[in-house]
Amino acid sequence: MAESKKTDYKNDYPVWDKSMKSTHKILIPDMLPWHFLIIQELLKMEGYDVEILKNESRAVIDEGLKHVHNDTCYPCLCVVGQYLDALKSGRYDVNRTAVLITQTGGGCRASNYMPLIKKALSAEFPQVPVLSFNFSGLEKKSSMPITLSLMMKLAYAIFYGDSIMWCYYQTKPYEMAHGSSDAARDRAVKFTVDAFARGKYKNYKKINREIIKTFAAVERNGEKKTKVGIVGEIYVKYSNLGNNRLVDLLLSENCEPVVPALMDFIMYCIINVVNDSRLYGHSPFIAFIYRQVYKILRKIQRVIIDQFNEDGTFEPIHDFGQLRVLADKVLNQGVKMGEGWLIPAEMAALAETGVKNVVCAQPFGCLPNHIAGKGAIRTLKSLYEDENVVAVDYDPSSTKVNQENRIKLMLAAAKQNMAH
Amino acid sequence: MGIDVGSTTVKIAVLDNNKNLIYSSYVRHLSRVKETVLSELKKVAEKLDGSYSVSITGSAGLGLSQRSGLNFVQEVQAAFIAIKKHYPDADAAVELGGEDAKIIFITGGTEQRMNGSCAGGTGAFIDQMATLLNIDAPKMDELALQAEKVYPIASRCGVFAKSDVQPLLNQGARKEDIAASIFQAVVDQTVSGLAQGRKIKGKVLFLGGPLFFLKGLRKAFVSTLGLTEENAVFPENAPCFMAVGAALASYGVNEKPLKEIISDIENAGESDDIVTGEPLFASREEYAEFVKRHRATDLEFADIESYTGDCYLGIDSGSTTTKLIVITPDCRILYSQYLSNKGQPLDVVIEKLKDFYALSGGRTNIRAAAVTGYGEDLIKSALKADFGIVETVAHFKAALHFNPKVDFIIDIGGQDIKCFKIKNGAIDSIMLNEACSSGCGSFIQTFAKAMGMEINKFSEQGLYARHPVELGSRCTVFMNSAVKQAQKEGAGVDDISAGLSSSIVKNAIYKVIRAKSADDIGDNIVVQGGTFLNDAVLRSFEIETGKKVIRPGIAGLMGAFGAALFAMENPPEKSTVLGSEELEKFTYTSKSANCRGCTSNCHINVITFGDGRKFVSGNKCEKGAGLKPASDELDIYAYKQKRLLETVRGVKGTRGKVGLPLQLGMYEQLPVWAGFFETLGFEVVLSEKSSRALYYRGQHTVASDTVCYPAKLMHGHIESLLDSGVDFIFLPCESYNLDEHCSTNHYNCPVVAYYPELLKANNERLSDENFIMPYIDLNMTKNTVLKLYGIFRKYGVKKGEVKKALKEGFARLESYHADIRKKADEILQKAEEQGKQIIVLAGRPYHIDNEINHAINKLLTSLNLAVLSEDSVFEKSGKVEVNVLNQWTYHARLYRAANFAAKRKNVNLVQLVSFGCGLDAITADEVRSIMEKNGKLYTQIKIDEINNLGVVKIRLRSMLAAIEETAENNG
Repeated sequence: MAESKKTDYKNDYPVWDKSMKSTHKILIPDMLPWHFLIIQELLKMEGYDVEILKNESRAVIDEGLKHVHNDTCYPCLCVVGQYLDALKSGRYDVNRTAVLITQTGGGCRASNYMPLIKKALSAEFPQVPVLSFNFSGLEKKSSMPITLSLMMKLAYAIFYGDSIMWCYYQTKPYEMAHGSSDAARDRAVKFTVDAFARGKYKNYKKINREIIKTFAAVERNGEKKTKVGIVGEIYVKYSNLGNNRLVDLLLSENCEPVVPALMDFIMYCIINVVNDSRLYGHSPFIAFIYRQVYKILRKIQRVIIDQFNEDGTFEPIHDFGQLRVLADKVLNQGVKMGEGWLIPAEMAALAETGVKNVVCAQPFGCLPNHIAGKGAIRTLKSLYEDENVVAVDYDPSSTKVNQENRIKLMLAAAKQNMAH
Repeated sequence: MGIDVGSTTVKIAVLDNNKNLIYSSYVRHLSRVKETVLSELKKVAEKLDGSYSVSITGSAGLGLSQRSGLNFVQEVQAAFIAIKKHYPDADAAVELGGEDAKIIFITGGTEQRMNGSCAGGTGAFIDQMATLLNIDAPKMDELALQAEKVYPIASRCGVFAKSDVQPLLNQGARKEDIAASIFQAVVDQTVSGLAQGRKIKGKVLFLGGPLFFLKGLRKAFVSTLGLTEENAVFPENAPCFMAVGAALASYGVNEKPLKEIISDIENAGESDDIVTGEPLFASREEYAEFVKRHRATDLEFADIESYTGDCYLGIDSGSTTTKLIVITPDCRILYSQYLSNKGQPLDVVIEKLKDFYALSGGRTNIRAAAVTGYGEDLIKSALKADFGIVETVAHFKAALHFNPKVDFIIDIGGQDIKCFKIKNGAIDSIMLNEACSSGCGSFIQTFAKAMGMEINKFSEQGLYARHPVELGSRCTVFMNSAVKQAQKEGAGVDDISAGLSSSIVKNAIYKVIRAKSADDIGDNIVVQGGTFLNDAVLRSFEIETGKKVIRPGIAGLMGAFGAALFAMENPPEKSTVLGSEELEKFTYTSKSANCRGCTSNCHINVITFGDGRKFVSGNKCEKGAGLKPASDELDIYAYKQKRLLETVRGVKGTRGKVGLPLQLGMYEQLPVWAGFFETLGFEVVLSEKSSRALYYRGQHTVASDTVCYPAKLMHGHIESLLDSGVDFIFLPCESYNLDEHCSTNHYNCPVVAYYPELLKANNERLSDENFIMPYIDLNMTKNTVLKLYGIFRKYGVKKGEVKKALKEGFARLESYHADIRKKADEILQKAEEQGKQIIVLAGRPYHIDNEINHAINKLLTSLNLAVLSEDSVFEKSGKVEVNVLNQWTYHARLYRAANFAAKRKNVNLVQLVSFGCGLDAITADEVRSIMEKNGKLYTQIKIDEINNLGVVKIRLRSMLAAIEETAENNG
């Protein structure tokens, strides 16, 4: 009859312990260059020796292919590839190196990157511990301790990163002097990091205003360019490695890339807990706490939006409250796995601000995207005239030409829509 | 001027100032893009020199335009422009190109669509299929027009279609019918994959090469779309239509002398986009040494013209090739053949056997004959061979002959890659490739042929390639397009040949074997299969694994050789195999039919031999072959199918009719909702039984090509309910499944959880009124009651009633589960009494659907096995701790069921995985490790719409053979 004891099939993987903070370097995969740069610096200030990986050669993908089955999502393959390629580069003391990965604990595969990474590393670097970065109490044995203060610092870093990214893409396509936007960006990153160093990071009103001012000062021509939104699975949406440098492609096609903020994804994760309580009656207490966090973030976001409006140079970042309202027009906010309802909400928000050309980027075979991405396009098209979405699959084996040609088709339609 | 550079052809159109076409050309570029464009332009220059406004279009034109600085127009856009000009009254256009398929909707909201990255239905696909049939495309077209019936062929991608076509060929289906079926598959793919719910109607334009040249394809399109003569337009200038569009788009582009345009293209640099690797051999000497080492394992030959005495015959009837060998008692080769099936494996075998009899001139005596491979059943029964043996057994036997210490065998044939690990003299684990990555071996061959080269010559070129190109390893469709791209970027044949070899090897090592490191593979490796005769492949394998391996000279014949060895070891009194005279008189006829044995209506093929014996194939169960089906007494799948339907009592309702689509999550929760609605006074109407036909009915609303088959079927279920006159359809959205308290979380997979959203968004017939899809969490009873009350209040339902009804629902679910557990106990006990092996066929609740599992349960019972399911046994295991995040209810069951199976002596596990299930990419490794940590075999069967039980049967029989052998070895 039924056994009562537990059978343990867990392999012995190295775990992170506190003492490693002083001995180990922590490698972090790249996703958003400027956000992660700020985060890297602030983690250093916390005493962690971290480094964002910048390796992007084909060898990265090859390493990924060797260690991760390509039925698994492409982001996992990219991340594992970056780790292994880096560990093999000889630049790190592999006995004193750890790697870090985020976990959301959601119902899609992304929360399982952690075990997959452990498995992949164990084949060649069994001594390298994998450190989880999560807010859901997962992997208690091997996760980065997150204090309230660290959490807030990260939130600020993301807000600032978002503003920098948002302004940069609205400046770069129009800059009069070549490279002036990049210089502005570097300055903005620098004074943001300085603010963290001086402990003044909470002064978001000042910092954000400064960011806007820095970019607004860049001289721009008044050309009219096609705006193209990028939405989709969080990694391939942002990561240059994941999406074959999609932003650069759009810039070279004389377009303005519109990349929605990372904070929206964070708030999406938070509000999903609140939604679970609303939809299913899950713990009202936990929901209450999440709602308080949400309120704090919303307050900051509103101020930032106001600043954008006051300045008037740039289109303001999306208002998360508005995103929720827009999501309801397309599908229920109950669709919360992966990027879920955030994808159609962002597409709708983009359309509302006149950005009807969208690349919906997803890893090949991404499950939540069947529903929230490809599945929702039809509804969006019925809501917004001239809505022009191309769903692009990213995969180690699909060719760049194939992706590019589809994006070009979307752009051709965009130009046509612009004409009439 | 417009230049259209497609994936296979170059088209040029020249218009005068009044937009009249004054020149056009159409030629295949055989991947020499730049040269072809230049020579075509020079032809224009001879006739019409001057200044031109020029635009380039087409998938291969993209790179060319970027590097030459000429204007580029996306090809769909070009088509659109040309349509506007020449056919202003058209409503839609379908364009099939070499690699891409496109649809343009013109009226009712302009929309231009292209196929996704993973989709077939194009010219290259048709060419591939024609090669498979050993004919060319025009011949295929001719045949298709004489078809009598159409077989269902998976249309999504070339690899899948091949898996469907191959068995048809092997079973002797008519080529005419297959040709028509292939065209139909292209149509289905275009209609479902591209139109996605938007009806293609009105005046439709058909564009692109394939549609212009292939009448059979046209016919299939017109009849599927239900178009009239007038409404189906095939423009005269269809092949260069896009070039015309590009030319139209050029008005306004700066004029340039043609000479300058030509020099712009001439000076266009090479792209640096292709990734290259290391050469296979550094020097000729290195290669010579390599060849010498492998020569050592060649067999000796015996002279057939003089040899007198006994001999043994082995035949391996593979998917694309037939291998035949006759050996002497001292293992010398008397006669051997390695041939393409040419679509008729039986003919090939007969012909060669006759040849053998003629050459040996009556001096030999076949003491015993054995057959193995896909065509085993057919060949065995046609030739009256003495034995039919499982492929894996044959290969193992053959490998042992070359290295008694062999611990790893890898066989790369035309269609399949098979690997076995050997431990203690028995097969310890078997790895076969999934449908998705099949056909790698024959891909090289097809490709060499397309380049107009013999395969030997082609592989030789790869040996000294300086810069082998990286071509990816997902599947041959992706590889094909990577090759095309590489060619366009200027890669040479040598680099591609070497690149292909390495792609195939990588596919085998990282996808099939899933080796973590070289040590995983073993030290005594024997490689075999026709593909390894290609030295470039062999070398790639040695480089990638860092090991020296044995490749016998008869690598391609190992299956046949193993069969011959088996025959030698088990000689019968007297062999029954057809002798020389009987063979001369041998005839057969083949006919296709529908089995009427049950409601499945299987397509079957009946081959009648000259002596009146019949051979039936294509049947899912014994009934089709005219035999009594195995009892389903020990088959819990059969029991569940019946018991589940009984949870609907069939009460006539007073409050209305509710439709429940029996698919995905409803396969688990039907008892709850049947109980709920019947108690509330609604009549419960179930959707029709799943079938391929039902799938086609809903196909037009499928939004994503790559979603799993159960989800795609759901669309048909919805259609059937919409047609059945129910008041509303009920299908809840559930992020959370029932918590069975053995995992970190208890999610549903994203597809099961939210599919109602997709259905509603993509099926115009669904509305808020007729489709009720509340978000509920069944663990939260109170909340669920409130929610449901809120919805059904309008039917006059009271809150108390809802509560009571839900309680009744859960009671039905509990009794359903209890009955399944009881039945499982009964099966376990009876199987033990009867000494039967038990298989836990572990998947998801919806895998009991016979359209999804292709009646694998029946196949198992016919192999004399008892069948249990994951949900019937998981509670017999305690909780398990796994490496992955255990957060989905159905998967938590899977792990526990595996733990149960792993620990019982007479129980084994077969995991059913739906193609495209991203979650199972994670669970499969975990289940495998549970089994293997307990010293058990892990077998996985990937299922999709492909209905090819042949492969599954081989897999299951291999597994059984291995289990038996292990059992024998253990005493």
